[in-house]
Amino acid sequence: MDALMNFGQGIFGGVWPAVWTLIKIVLIVAPLMLGVAYLTLAERKVIGFMQVRIGPNRVGPWGLIQPIADGLKLLFKEIIIPGRSSKGIFLIAPMLSIAPALAAWAVVPFTDTLVLANIDASLLYIMAITSIGVYGVILSGWASNSKYAFLGAMRSAAQMVSYEIAMGFSLICVLMVSNSLNLVEIVNIQDKGRFADWGLSFLSWNWLPLFPMFIVYLISGTAELNRAPFDVAEGESEIVAGFHIEYSGMAFALFFLAEYANMILVAALTSIMFLGGWLSPVGFLPDGIVWLLAKMSFVLFLFLWFRATFPRYRYDQLMRLGWKVFVPICLVWLVVVGVWMMSPFTIWN
Amino acid sequence: MDIQTFVFFFLSAILVFASLRVITARNPVHAALHLILAFFTCGGIWALLQAEFLAIAIILVYVGAVMVLFLFVVMMLDINIDRIREGFWSYLPLGAVLGLLMVMEMGLVLGSKYFQVPAAQAMVPAGVSNTKSIGALMFTDFVYPFELASLVLLVGMIAAIVLTYRGPKKSKYTNPNQQVFVNAKDRVRVLQMPVEKD
Repeated sequence: MDALMNFGQGIFGGVWPAVWTLIKIVLIVAPLMLGVAYLTLAERKVIGFMQVRIGPNRVGPWGLIQPIADGLKLLFKEIIIPGRSSKGIFLIAPMLSIAPALAAWAVVPFTDTLVLANIDASLLYIMAITSIGVYGVILSGWASNSKYAFLGAMRSAAQMVSYEIAMGFSLICVLMVSNSLNLVEIVNIQDKGRFADWGLSFLSWNWLPLFPMFIVYLISGTAELNRAPFDVAEGESEIVAGFHIEYSGMAFALFFLAEYANMILVAALTSIMFLGGWLSPVGFLPDGIVWLLAKMSFVLFLFLWFRATFPRYRYDQLMRLGWKVFVPICLVWLVVVGVWMMSPFTIWN
Repeated sequence: MDIQTFVFFFLSAILVFASLRVITARNPVHAALHLILAFFTCGGIWALLQAEFLAIAIILVYVGAVMVLFLFVVMMLDINIDRIREGFWSYLPLGAVLGLLMVMEMGLVLGSKYFQVPAAQAMVPAGVSNTKSIGALMFTDFVYPFELASLVLLVGMIAAIVLTYRGPKKSKYTNPNQQVFVNAKDRVRVLQMPVEKD
C-alpha cells in the first residue's frame, strides 16, 4: 500500500490525493454497476423460479450474459424526445435520478476502515442525498407532457414524502441507541452487549431491540424505492409505466440503473443499521466484508420475494399505511426506546 | 487564489444566477427548479464555512421535502403569466419598500464590522463535531426556546388540519326515495374539455 502511495506521489505530485480519491470512487462504482446488472438477472431468475418458470436462459450459460445483452441493446436504441416536451428538463431528469443513487455511496462503510468518506454526520448525509432522488421522478413526469407520466410523478411525489417521515423516525431510534450519526460507529456499537459477550452477537444487533423499527424501515424502504407492492408510480395496469413512459434507450436505462442502485443502497443501509454490517453473527468467526455482502443479498432477496408475492397496494391504502400506521408506531417506539435507555434495564451503555 | 476562494466564488455565482432566475423565469416550474438550485448551492457554501449540519439540514428539509411539495403544487397550477403581471405597477410601491428594508437589514448584518457591532466570531476547534455541539446546546442552554419553537410548529400543524378537516364521513347509507326519482340528466354530465392548450 505504501509503495502504491509513493508511486502515485511520484507521478502525480500534488494532485495525487484527488487522483487517489477518483480511483476509490471507480472502485466503488464499477462493482456497483456490475451488481446492478446482475441484480436484474437475479430478479428475473428468482421471480421465474417462484412462478415455476425458468427465466432468461438463452444468452450465455444459464442466461448469464443476458444483462450485458440488455445493456448493449439499450445503449444502441434511439432516445426519442416527445415533440411538445420540455427538452432540457426531459434530459436532465434521468441524470437527477441516478446522481443521488451513486452519490450516497460516498459514506457507506464496507468495513470499519474501508469507507470513502468517514464523516461524522454520515447518516444525515445519506438521508439528505436520498431525499433528492424524487426529483428525477417528478421532473420526468412533468417534462414528458404526458398525462400518464404526470399521474405517475404526482403519485410518486406524495408517496415518497410520506414514507420519508416513517423512515426518518426509525433512523432516529437507531441513532438514539448508538449515540452517533456515524455509520461506522453505528455498526461498532452493535458489537457490544450481553449476547455479544456470550458469542451470539447476532442477538445484540439492532434488529432485535428495535424490531418494530426494523420492519418499518424495511417496508418504507421498499416504498421509497417504488418497488412492488408500492409501485403505484409505475402501475403498468393503470398508468402504463408511469413517469418513464416517454423514455427510451439510454435515458430509460438511467432510471432503471437508478432504481436498482437504490435497491442495493437500501439493502446496504438496512444491513448496516439493523443487521450489524460487517460483523459476524457468531463469536468464533472473523468479521469481514463477506458478512455485509451476505446480509445485503438477503435483503435484496426479500425485495425480489415481495415483488413476486404481494399484489399492488391501492393508493389510499398506501397513504393510510404510511401516515396512520407507521407514524404512530414510530412515535410510540421512540418514547419506549427513550424510557428504556433511561431506565435501569437499559442494554445500551 | 486558493481552491477554497475559487469554490466560494463559483458557488456564489451560481447562487446569484439561480436567485435571479427565480424571479425572472416565465415558467413557474422553472422558477421553482432554480429555487431548488439556489438552496442546494447555499448548502454548498455553508459546508464551505464548516457548518456541515446546517448544510445537510437545508438539503434534507428544503430541497428534500419542502420544495418537493412546492413543485407538486406548482406543477398542477394553471398559471397564466400575463394575468399575474397585470397588477405589477400597483404592487410595486409595497414591494419596493419591503425590498429596501431587506437590503438594509442584510447590510446591517453583513457590515456589522464597520458599524462596530461585536460580530460573533466562529471559532471551530479541531476535532469538535458541529452536529454534536448544536445538539448539546439545543438541549441544554437553549432548551426552552427550542421547546417553544416546537410548540409553535405543533400549533401550525393542528391549525392546518383544522382548516382542511371536513368532519367524519357518515355511513354510506343511500336513500331509496331519492334513487327512484333520479333522472338521467342527474347521473351523467358530459363535459367539453379542450385536450391541448396553446
